[in-house]
Amino acid sequence: MDDHHQSAETHEPWARPDDRAPVVEPGHTFASVTDQISSIVLTRGVQRGWLIGFGISFAITMLLLYAITMTVAVGVGLWGINVPVGWGFAIINFVWWIGIGHAGTLISAVLLLLHQDWRTSINRFAEAMTLFAVACAGIFPLLHLGRPWIFYWLFPYPNTMSIWPQFRSPLIWDVFAVSTYGTVSLLFWYVGLIPDLATLRDRAHSSIGRYVYGFMAMGWRGSAAHWHRYHVAYTLLAGLATPLVVSVHTVVGLDFASSIVPGWHSTIFPPYFVAGAIYSGFAMVMTLAIPLRWAYKLEDFITMRHLDNMAKIILATGLIVFYGYLMEAFFGWYSANQYERYLTLNRALGHYRVQYWALMFCNAAVPQLLWFGAVRRSVWALFVIAIVVNVGMWLERYVIVITSLHRDYLPSSWGYYAGTRWDWAIYIGTLGLFLALLFLFIRLLPMISIFEMRELVVHKEGELRAADLEE
Amino acid sequence: MQAPEPVLPIYGLMAEFDTPSQLIAAARHVRAQGFRRVEAYTPYPIEELGKVLHGGRSRLPLLVFLGGLFGGIGGYFLQYWVHVIHYPLNSGGKPLNSWPMFIPITFEMTILGAALTAVFALLALNGLPMPYHPVFNVPRFSLASRDRFFLMIRSIDPKYDEPVTRQMLFDLEAHDVFEVPP
Amino acid sequence: MLSLPIVTELDWSSVRERLASAGGPTYWKSLEELADTAEFRAMVGREFPAAASEWDNALSRRRFLTLMGASIGLAGLAGCGRQPLEHIYPYVRAPEGLIPGKPLFFATALSLGGVGTGVLVESHMGRPTKIEGNPDHPGSLGSTDTFTQASILSLYDPDRSQVVARAGEIDTWETFVGSIRSEIDALRSRQGRGLHILTETITSPSLAAQLTAVLAALPEAVWHQYQPINRDNERAGLRLAFGADVQPVYQFDRAEVIVSLDGDFLECGAGSVRYQRDFASRRRVRQDRQQMSRFYAVESTPTTTGASADHRLPLRAGEIVQFARTLAARLGLAPAGFALPAASRSSQATSASTSFDPGSVALHAAWLDAVVDDLRAHRGAAIVVAGAHQPPEVHALAHLINASLAAPDATVRYIEPLEASATDQLASLRDLATALEADEVDVLLVLGANPAYASPADLKLADRLKRARQSVHYSYYNDETSALCSWHVPATHELESWGDVRGFDGTITIQQPLIAPLFAGRTAHELLSALFDDAPRSTYDIVRDYWRNARDEDDFERFWQTTVHNGVMADSALAARSVTPVAAAQLPDTLWRTEPSGAGADTLELIIRADTTVWDGRFANNGWLQELPKPLWKLTWDNAALVSPATAERLKLSNEQLVELGRGDQVVAAPVWIVPGHADESITVLLGYGRTRAGHVGNHAGYNAYLLQQSDAPSISSGLTLKKTSETRRLAVTHTHFSMEGRDLVRSGTLAEYREDPHSPAHHGHEEHEHASLYPPFANPGYAWGMAIDVNTCTGCSACVVACQAENNSPVVGKEQVLQYREMHWLRIDRYYSGDLDNPDVMHQPMLCQHCEQAPCEVVCPVAATTHSKEGINEMTYNRCVGTRYCSNNCPYKVRRFNFFNFHPDVTPLTDMIYNPDVTVRSRGVMEKCTFCIQRINEARIDTEVRSMNTGQQHKIVDGDVVTACQAACPSQAIIFGNINDPNSRVSKEKAEPTNYGVLTELNTHPRVTYLAQVRNPNSALAAAEEAHRSGRVVPQNQYLP
Repeated sequence: MDDHHQSAETHEPWARPDDRAPVVEPGHTFASVTDQISSIVLTRGVQRGWLIGFGISFAITMLLLYAITMTVAVGVGLWGINVPVGWGFAIINFVWWIGIGHAGTLISAVLLLLHQDWRTSINRFAEAMTLFAVACAGIFPLLHLGRPWIFYWLFPYPNTMSIWPQFRSPLIWDVFAVSTYGTVSLLFWYVGLIPDLATLRDRAHSSIGRYVYGFMAMGWRGSAAHWHRYHVAYTLLAGLATPLVVSVHTVVGLDFASSIVPGWHSTIFPPYFVAGAIYSGFAMVMTLAIPLRWAYKLEDFITMRHLDNMAKIILATGLIVFYGYLMEAFFGWYSANQYERYLTLNRALGHYRVQYWALMFCNAAVPQLLWFGAVRRSVWALFVIAIVVNVGMWLERYVIVITSLHRDYLPSSWGYYAGTRWDWAIYIGTLGLFLALLFLFIRLLPMISIFEMRELVVHKEGELRAADLEE
Repeated sequence: MQAPEPVLPIYGLMAEFDTPSQLIAAARHVRAQGFRRVEAYTPYPIEELGKVLHGGRSRLPLLVFLGGLFGGIGGYFLQYWVHVIHYPLNSGGKPLNSWPMFIPITFEMTILGAALTAVFALLALNGLPMPYHPVFNVPRFSLASRDRFFLMIRSIDPKYDEPVTRQMLFDLEAHDVFEVPP
Repeated sequence: MLSLPIVTELDWSSVRERLASAGGPTYWKSLEELADTAEFRAMVGREFPAAASEWDNALSRRRFLTLMGASIGLAGLAGCGRQPLEHIYPYVRAPEGLIPGKPLFFATALSLGGVGTGVLVESHMGRPTKIEGNPDHPGSLGSTDTFTQASILSLYDPDRSQVVARAGEIDTWETFVGSIRSEIDALRSRQGRGLHILTETITSPSLAAQLTAVLAALPEAVWHQYQPINRDNERAGLRLAFGADVQPVYQFDRAEVIVSLDGDFLECGAGSVRYQRDFASRRRVRQDRQQMSRFYAVESTPTTTGASADHRLPLRAGEIVQFARTLAARLGLAPAGFALPAASRSSQATSASTSFDPGSVALHAAWLDAVVDDLRAHRGAAIVVAGAHQPPEVHALAHLINASLAAPDATVRYIEPLEASATDQLASLRDLATALEADEVDVLLVLGANPAYASPADLKLADRLKRARQSVHYSYYNDETSALCSWHVPATHELESWGDVRGFDGTITIQQPLIAPLFAGRTAHELLSALFDDAPRSTYDIVRDYWRNARDEDDFERFWQTTVHNGVMADSALAARSVTPVAAAQLPDTLWRTEPSGAGADTLELIIRADTTVWDGRFANNGWLQELPKPLWKLTWDNAALVSPATAERLKLSNEQLVELGRGDQVVAAPVWIVPGHADESITVLLGYGRTRAGHVGNHAGYNAYLLQQSDAPSISSGLTLKKTSETRRLAVTHTHFSMEGRDLVRSGTLAEYREDPHSPAHHGHEEHEHASLYPPFANPGYAWGMAIDVNTCTGCSACVVACQAENNSPVVGKEQVLQYREMHWLRIDRYYSGDLDNPDVMHQPMLCQHCEQAPCEVVCPVAATTHSKEGINEMTYNRCVGTRYCSNNCPYKVRRFNFFNFHPDVTPLTDMIYNPDVTVRSRGVMEKCTFCIQRINEARIDTEVRSMNTGQQHKIVDGDVVTACQAACPSQAIIFGNINDPNSRVSKEKAEPTNYGVLTELNTHPRVTYLAQVRNPNSALAAAEEAHRSGRVVPQNQYLP
């Protein structure tokens, strides 16, 4: 028997003692993690806090609905766009939301491949966040069309007129990249959910709950064969999602980089768009995680270690983005291109200089605080910084889109831009939609991957056993 | 405990264990005994079990590769066919087959093809969705998704012999053994 | 989001410093841009939020719906009027020569201020849709101006008067005729005393004959003539100079040297279209014609004419007489004892001098020398032109100079006046006012004029009209005057009626109707006939009979048919009269009396002029003209108080600031617009705005400048009071804000440089870029359409812009949308300034889709809605467009236009008659842009193919078969379109010129539209003096700044 144990231990891959701060507080067992996480969905019931939060965000979603209806009924002329500034809030928000989405995929895929077990307790809602962010982002490209009701012309479908999309257009690349991204994220998220759905199925008290979760679990039994293939497929998906997540924001970057507009036509865009996406994404995860762990008493699962790690990633990506800004400015001068040069000066000193310097403050200056451990250990500081970063990244897109367009080649056609109340309504509306979906998610599905938490518990056991054995 | 009179031949015997280690040990033993129709159920993936009970490598990676290949080739061909063969148009003076501009979509289609294959192959190979399965008839089995570990031997296994097998399972430190009705 | 800015003045010193520091020709587009002040940014910042929210407020939405003239309320009326289409062409018997779907062209003439321009009207199935110039007509030669182009829109204006009205109530023609006839008969006993007829200038011989007949029958009746823009001054001046009633016809194609004394001969007035053509013919520099005329302009208000000059001197309008005097004196025309100001080279002026004083201003002295030398050197090849608003003295002096330079034989023809009866119109109107005041008017017939609105304020005609016992207002609109008259009778449009009118040189055109009157309109002929003839006759008979008698042709029928068909009456031009200048001694000394130079210089000068787009107000309800940017200051939908930078600096005025202008007891609040090159200490107000009964489009746009007009000095006067307010009025200016930022957009040089190296104007100091591409170019055999635009001859008159709008069904979007940068013109004219702030050089650059061979817009379209045709045209497939606007973003020329809303709201049966059936009307959410008039290309293609089919041999489209709308309209023939694969086509020859260059070619776009650089012909001596003056001027002067 003993040697069985021995061999079992030595064979167990998870028995790697972890020297850093715990990713799950000690004292938890399979049963306790399972019950505590699933209870949020199954036993807690609807609480006042949740109801208020959901109510507000739902109301804002209705505002979105109204604004969309008006836009479709009257025309995009309701917005601030014009000639020369043909793109405005719609594109800014699109890029912003897509960027936010990236963190989810990154956490669940890349960190999985890197065996970063601390990802476990945040990957589930990070992925959910990705999905909802992509959903919000998806609204804009469709809505910003002059004739949104024929958005499907952007997809390659056989038709009697035998006309097809123009595949050379970065916008079509967008269509493919974003829809692929959305699909893969959804599948990845769902595959990850199946075992937990099975858990809920088995824990659910109400027959309706049993039925619904059972239906969604598709008869998962957690057999060795299931787990075996599951492990392979999940790793493969992670492997696929990683280049995908990089490609998506690259393509978004190409929307701008492949044009000839001064300030857009820049080879540095794809990489620094990706960095920016991760940057804003992690900021958003932080923004959500901090209130969540407080509201649902999840400090045991989303520990300071998680926040600390995310803060470090924000700092790192933030520096990359800052480098991007510097390079833009540098090439504005170094290119000796009069249009680029003018644009660079115009950004810093022109009509939109306030937005420009605000963005510099939010994205370049503030994150430097994260160098200090004290800051990384203060939940409040982290929360504030995360929000500042979110704002900064929105401003970055504003500056890129607007300042480049409002003064391009022919001075005779220069103009100015500002969002109208409709632009704001739609933007705020998507925030409402995002939160509403998030509230539904935490109420109906386990916001932390239960079975992966069990694995973490095993790690603990593993550590303990290893300790015993040494004696 | 006495098993109820089976109307039909039972599906199999299911043993419940407290720890993964016991389960793995049991699985090893059973396999050693020459049992073939054996399956284990755990709350979280244990690679060891897969090796012990099912051994061989999965066909998933190959399928996923083919899926990706199909997606990629299909993606490029779609663009080539549209712009060069089906409806050639002079767009900005670019050549009809401007391959550098076809790369992003080709790439995305590769990923999409691979990812779809991965998920649907996973479900297919696991035989999901499966609305009914006998193991769920065991009341304690609901703990398989919480903190208990189960080993089941199918009644159709040639080496299966109800009392002997049951005893063997108890010997393997099974916390309890149930008959799985069909 | 943004609050209204505090109105403060620009930082003038920084403006001037920036100019001073900028090396080489620095181009700039607006003062604020130059100063780059916070107020400027605030001003611009203010532009969007309010406008952007316009559209969710139903009121402004509805206002927009009316802009094209489609007012919902009238839709029914239009329906229940006569159904023109049915009545005109009963298809039971199809009219001869009418092939359904193929337009017919009819020759007729459209008149402005009594002067006719010959036109060919394109008629689709009996529906006039487009106006082209009549190549046979001397006043057109195939070209048109903005007014002619736009008049087609007035034809279908739902706001035009549709019924006879008595005291505002709908009534019938019969009752009207009955009641007024009896009134008139009652006067017959008194030889018609008490009958007053007020008309505008009448050149129609037949109508004049009718009036003469009336006056013969009723000798005591009085015929008044008045129109706000008249030739009183010119007439009086010529009387002074020649003692005879004559009218000049200039021949700029023969002139080597032209001097303009505030004369705006290119932009407005009789013959301006022809004059542009002739002027351009001497300004077009080509390899085989390397000389050009030299043009000196002395101007108060900047005009496109002055902008085309080689040397331009801004002077207060009141000072120009002094210039003329001195010039005449220097040419030896002054009587003994006239003190010629001693010229001095020494002193340098440091501020804009408000008076013309060659004695102390070096620049003025240099100017005189240059002009005198050039004029002397070109006897028989020189022209001096005076502006219509300048006092008679200036005209007299100008023509005396012309006479002294042997112009009458060579460059200026003096002909009988065009008017049937030349009268001093202002005096004539004053008489009417007096008569009304004295209650001597029993019956007043107002034919066409709108005295209640368009007359000097001090005549108080608005009040006095009511004193007429019976008043009839016959007009096209039920306007301000109609409201005050007891009767209103709707007039027909010139395209609905027979008639005859004289061209600028007297040539007669018989006007023929293109369509039956859409409403109960009558012609003036009909009206007079109905009121005075025993047996009322139709207009057709009246005109025809008149000419039958006037010209005893042996075959009148033939004569009539050819005349109507050609649109020109053979040898009907008025013969030149020989004139003899009055001897200097006999000339009235007012001509020579030098009142203290710069009298009234201490006060502000007021200049009242016709607006360049709505004229004297008659076009106020024309959406095309309202939205047409004024050629120089690019303002739409408004008039402003134009002021020079230096004066704005002194008075601390800023753009859009409301000021209260006061003259006499009248005060008017007008927004300021600072116009570089305007004369200092002088303010120009433009007529035609502030109307109250113009219609849905024209009502309450701008302010009414007539309120400042006094009959003693209707156009130029001193003693204007100006009171600043803290309010502003937003002005929809299409492109003001921007300098050229030293980009090679408009290129220029001098004739001297050109002769040295023909390439230098276009290519000296400009990087040229070879075709660099990894991809092989697309070959296009067959036709390859291209265009060349000569920015040297382009005057910026904007006829092409309206022509394009008319041809291509471009919508009018309204002031709010223009403020949002959403104007829809496919062709715009960019205007750049360069050089001195107080007297800048102006460059015009028509900018349209460049049809790039490597078009950035096409690659980025996700649905292939914009692609390249085999013939190299960048095509828009409207039906495919989903409206991502990516193409517009990626267009470096920003010539794409987007339908942000449905800019063609539900049209009425009346208003949808305006549309060109060959061009798609674009829906909401669709991108659009210049198509090179592809409908015209295809028409030519089809014709050629049909010809090939019929004749059996292969015909090709030959040069000249395809003429784009802009090209056809252009009076100076600056736009050439054609097949660049054909080396002999005109466009190929133009593109082969060394001055040919492409805009932004460094982007490798390979534009099919190229430009010919601007070449000026300055007088080297004067140029040096101007340079010295300029450098003297740029010292920052901040005594006015805090």
